[in-house]
Amino acid sequence: MYDFAFQTPASVADAVKLLADPEARPLAGGQTLIPVLKQRLNKPTTVVDLSRLGLSGITVSGTTLTIGATTTHRTVARSAEVKQLIPALAALAGMIGDPAVRYRGTIGGSLANNDPTADYPSAALALGATIKTSARSIAADEYFQGMFATALQPGEIITAIEFTAPEKAAYEKFSNPASRYAMVGVFVARGPKGVRVTVTGAGQNGVFRHTAFEAALSKSWSPDALNGIATPVDSMNADIHGSAEYRAHLVGVVAKRAVAKTL
Amino acid sequence: MTLPFQGIGASVRRKEDLRFISGRGHYTDDINRPGQLHAYIKRSDRPHAKILSIDTAAAKAAPGVVAVFTGADTAALGSIPCGWQIHNKDGSPMAEPRHPMLAEGFVRHVGDQIAVVIAETRQQAKDAAELLAVEMEDLPSVANVTDAIKPGAGVVHEGIAGNLCYDWHIGDKAAMEAAFAQAAHVVTLDLTNNRLIPNAMEPRAALGDFDSSTDDYTLYTTSQNPHVIRLLMGAFVLGLPEHKLRVVAPDVGGGFGSKIYHYAEEAIVTWAAGKLKRPVKWTAERSESFMSDAHGRDHVSTARLALDKDGTFLALHVQTLSNMGAYLSTFATAVPTYLYATLLAGVYTTPAIYAEVKAVFTNTVPVDAYRGAGRPEATYLLERLVDAAAHDTGMDRIAIRRKNFIPRDAFPYQTPVALQYDSGDYFTTLDMAMKHADWAGFPARRAEAAQRGKLRGIGVSTYLEACGIAPSKVVGSLGARAGLYEVANVRVHPTGSVSVFTGTHSHGQGHETTFAQLVTDQLGVPFSQVDVVHGDTAKIPFGMGTYGSRSLAVGGSAMVKAMDKIIAKGKKIAAHLMEASADDIEFKDGKFTVAGTDKVKTLGEIALTAYVPHNYPIEELEPGLDETAFYDPKNFTFPGGCHICEVEIDRDTGVVRVVNFTAVDDVGRVVNPMIVEGQVQGGVAQGIGQALLENAAYDADGQLLSGSFMDYTMPRADDLPNFNVSTENTMCTHNPLGSKGCGEVGAIGSPPAVINAVVDALRDYGVRHLDMPATSAKIWGIIEAGRPKMAAE
Amino acid sequence: MPQVSLTVNGKPASVEVEGRTLLVELLREKLGLTGTHVGCDTSQCGACVVHVDGMAVKSCTMLALSANGATVTTIEGLAAADGTLHPMQEMFREHHALQCGFCTPGMVMAAIDLVNSHPEGLTEEQIRHGLEGNLCRCTGYHNIVKAISAAWPLMHQKGLPVAAE
Repeated sequence: MYDFAFQTPASVADAVKLLADPEARPLAGGQTLIPVLKQRLNKPTTVVDLSRLGLSGITVSGTTLTIGATTTHRTVARSAEVKQLIPALAALAGMIGDPAVRYRGTIGGSLANNDPTADYPSAALALGATIKTSARSIAADEYFQGMFATALQPGEIITAIEFTAPEKAAYEKFSNPASRYAMVGVFVARGPKGVRVTVTGAGQNGVFRHTAFEAALSKSWSPDALNGIATPVDSMNADIHGSAEYRAHLVGVVAKRAVAKTL
Repeated sequence: MTLPFQGIGASVRRKEDLRFISGRGHYTDDINRPGQLHAYIKRSDRPHAKILSIDTAAAKAAPGVVAVFTGADTAALGSIPCGWQIHNKDGSPMAEPRHPMLAEGFVRHVGDQIAVVIAETRQQAKDAAELLAVEMEDLPSVANVTDAIKPGAGVVHEGIAGNLCYDWHIGDKAAMEAAFAQAAHVVTLDLTNNRLIPNAMEPRAALGDFDSSTDDYTLYTTSQNPHVIRLLMGAFVLGLPEHKLRVVAPDVGGGFGSKIYHYAEEAIVTWAAGKLKRPVKWTAERSESFMSDAHGRDHVSTARLALDKDGTFLALHVQTLSNMGAYLSTFATAVPTYLYATLLAGVYTTPAIYAEVKAVFTNTVPVDAYRGAGRPEATYLLERLVDAAAHDTGMDRIAIRRKNFIPRDAFPYQTPVALQYDSGDYFTTLDMAMKHADWAGFPARRAEAAQRGKLRGIGVSTYLEACGIAPSKVVGSLGARAGLYEVANVRVHPTGSVSVFTGTHSHGQGHETTFAQLVTDQLGVPFSQVDVVHGDTAKIPFGMGTYGSRSLAVGGSAMVKAMDKIIAKGKKIAAHLMEASADDIEFKDGKFTVAGTDKVKTLGEIALTAYVPHNYPIEELEPGLDETAFYDPKNFTFPGGCHICEVEIDRDTGVVRVVNFTAVDDVGRVVNPMIVEGQVQGGVAQGIGQALLENAAYDADGQLLSGSFMDYTMPRADDLPNFNVSTENTMCTHNPLGSKGCGEVGAIGSPPAVINAVVDALRDYGVRHLDMPATSAKIWGIIEAGRPKMAAE
Repeated sequence: MPQVSLTVNGKPASVEVEGRTLLVELLREKLGLTGTHVGCDTSQCGACVVHVDGMAVKSCTMLALSANGATVTTIEGLAAADGTLHPMQEMFREHHALQCGFCTPGMVMAAIDLVNSHPEGLTEEQIRHGLEGNLCRCTGYHNIVKAISAAWPLMHQKGLPVAAE
């Protein structure tokens, strides 16, 4: 990788100041950023380590679950609070990467990066989460803006994510056989925002809501309700691991399996 | 105290493990020399291009950079050699283009080395490589063999028409044609053997060192055969004599064939070390490994089998296109000829066989031997073809095999494609495998799986391979440019401990343990008192290295021969000491005795006498107890056996899971059963990987699409089942151990067993064949296409 | 150049590094701890797994400076001071869970964490799934799974049957 200056600010304000430099890059768990840097796809002047800002932790207030941005996947996966309030979210966190990745990777890093094959964006969008940042609160509906694109402004950092417990929810994924990233990941939820079905991994433009599935599940919350409902093939990715048709098909299979998990 | 039995047949825990489990292994990249520089290789990102210019000025001026070299600097040096010359049908030699260590005017595959930047640190070298300004003009390129032989295809090497390296054949064409003319059934199958990337976990590395006081060069390298590298690089590329070049292959983290060959980077760092008078180290990043380690397999074949009305095989005709890649790697040309077509009799009595092989250049990474090398391709072709024959004729898969097996009493058995099998019993390995796999219980398991919505299938493969390479005279007549014997030096030290120096190389096989067991067994020296030394041309007399499952059958035999000499000399010394005739001396369990008396001398006493020859037959014998043997095998060895695979397919996603895998192999004499089982398990894992997961994918122009672990599917723990592995052995008849070799059987026998199981699982969908890898996407496509048919029935 | 201070295998170390220096480069190149290996450049193979503050992480995917103040254990630091091997090391040897040895350090470090993370017991399926981040090309994993199963009771001192053969 290219060399850079390394900064470890102790407060959010200091971090924001450092990230005012457009060539600076924030580092959370680094499980995506460091591989990107190793491939020399990015050339930051400064890497700003967010791990010592005190942004890690999980709090519950009624039906609201707040997860600090630098809380690791492992912590979320094993948290009694998360398991109790939104078990689907704990299950999702336990399916990210591998055990070593889950020790380092964070929820804030995942959402800020918005990799089209990441798992967390599907949960945030399906559950109507609120992304809290150094500057404001952003509704998930406004937050995701396509592959690797979010509503975050330059220098703005995520501090926490707020979820409201749904009535039912589940996440299921079909992993890319080589990378084990989501080839198709589907989060289904019935909650404060009504029925939502979000799909990660498969779409050409990152996480998206599957409105046809949502309409069907709103009428009848069962795997069979999705029978015969097509997923538009032309918006699907295609590569050596599978055609767009295969991915479109898997979206249906995985969605049904997710719904079945909630029954 | 009685020592536990640690001789031949004992599952002794491995000597080498202690350092590996403690982090004290010594791999090439772990070695650092004072004043060491680091090399970074600028590689082509284009499949085929003309180099118009290379401006190195900015790179040379970058911080820490000591030198930048391009093909212009190395053009006077030799070509990286190919070790095996194949001849065309008309007797003319194969096309053999120059393979430069740095590109000379052209790049011919993605990953081809354009320049080397040498700097104080690895990062500085890499930083500076970005400053190289390389102007290139794209040329037409081609990646797959069927495209490459078409008229108008991109030409990989100017002057080599049709990209043809050779057009070779073996067998009796007229006999084959006559048999086909009378056949009751002709079964035809088109199939590909998918291209693989070996991916030993240790990336390749090379460290060149130069001693200006003696002008001696040392190369530390990730190699399976240091002496061969010394020969190839010293004699053919750099022009360095053996006595000035030492090659060390220390602990090596897996090879599977990919570390047999002499690679450009070895020559680059050695040459540069001499030029710069400082050590130069290069270590591959994994993405470099993907585009510079020799790949494996990559055949496209058409096979035809003629049968009489009872299902007896009458003749086989095989036509194969084999991808050589852009240049000829060390063993590349032998793989699809003598390691492939000679195996096409398999375990069957097919009387007439004719095979035609065209080797083709493409704009891809060179292809060479990968675990099994030619034999997996032959086995896959045959065992798929036999299943297709059963399918087409309505015969039972097992019955058609048994009907055509070489009978137990037919050995030695001469095949129509050059080889003579010395021993084997294919009936027993089949019977045992069927028993262990509960073949009879399969229909019930299939029905139970169907209730769970899964498609279950079972597949069998009865295979044979040739290894223990090789009789030098035979391979010499076939075009090998080296002898393929093996060397062992057994040194009994003055107090009776033993060092064994072997020309084979262990990179996971456990030689330090297995070979020590041979010494324990034959000389009666305690296991702890034996050290096995390998991997250093300065310590070992000579050797041809480790590949082709040869180490025990050939290297172990050399060791036995050297120990025979030790015992013979020891008897003379003992006779002198005990005042008896040497003919009356017996040796057993480390003791020399005079027959019929209670006179005894231990090996330790004899050794001490040999080194302190105060009372010694000095007129007849030299002092010392140190013997060397070269062993040139009389024949190949022929391991074989039966693999049975059981799979379940998820209809919804097309995912195939191997639920049971049974192997019963005949590997001859087993020295360490634990190690043999481990070798088979690992080979089977690679075979399942080939059948279900792995594929080196290129686009039509030669861009590598599976260039990292993100896209090349390596088998992981949760992709694989536990394996049911055992042996049923017949002895090799022509080497002193009776051993045949076990390193490759797993990778050779398993792929067709897996695909035969997948085809069986899909039988209701009208599937007769599908190509590897049987990915979920591919299977789903078949299921999807079959759905209307299923609904209609 | 910035400085990183950390404790490695019980010994304090303070080293100058570049911002871009990876933890694995610090261990291998600055501290001479070459037992930790690099097998890929995409964070997939796990040959580089070490424990940082008790957590099994990929040292190729962590900056050296991120380990400032941390306690790191590598494969070289597993055995007791008197040389007694860790039970996981013993079981890898006993069950022939290694061949070339290159993936072994990372595999052992990941396996220890896996056993520590599952005091309730480990099924074979959990072990296989738990090794998702560690590639081995030699063994086919069969014996690695056996070794980890066998190490579980030794590490938890319970002698309970876990992970069927």
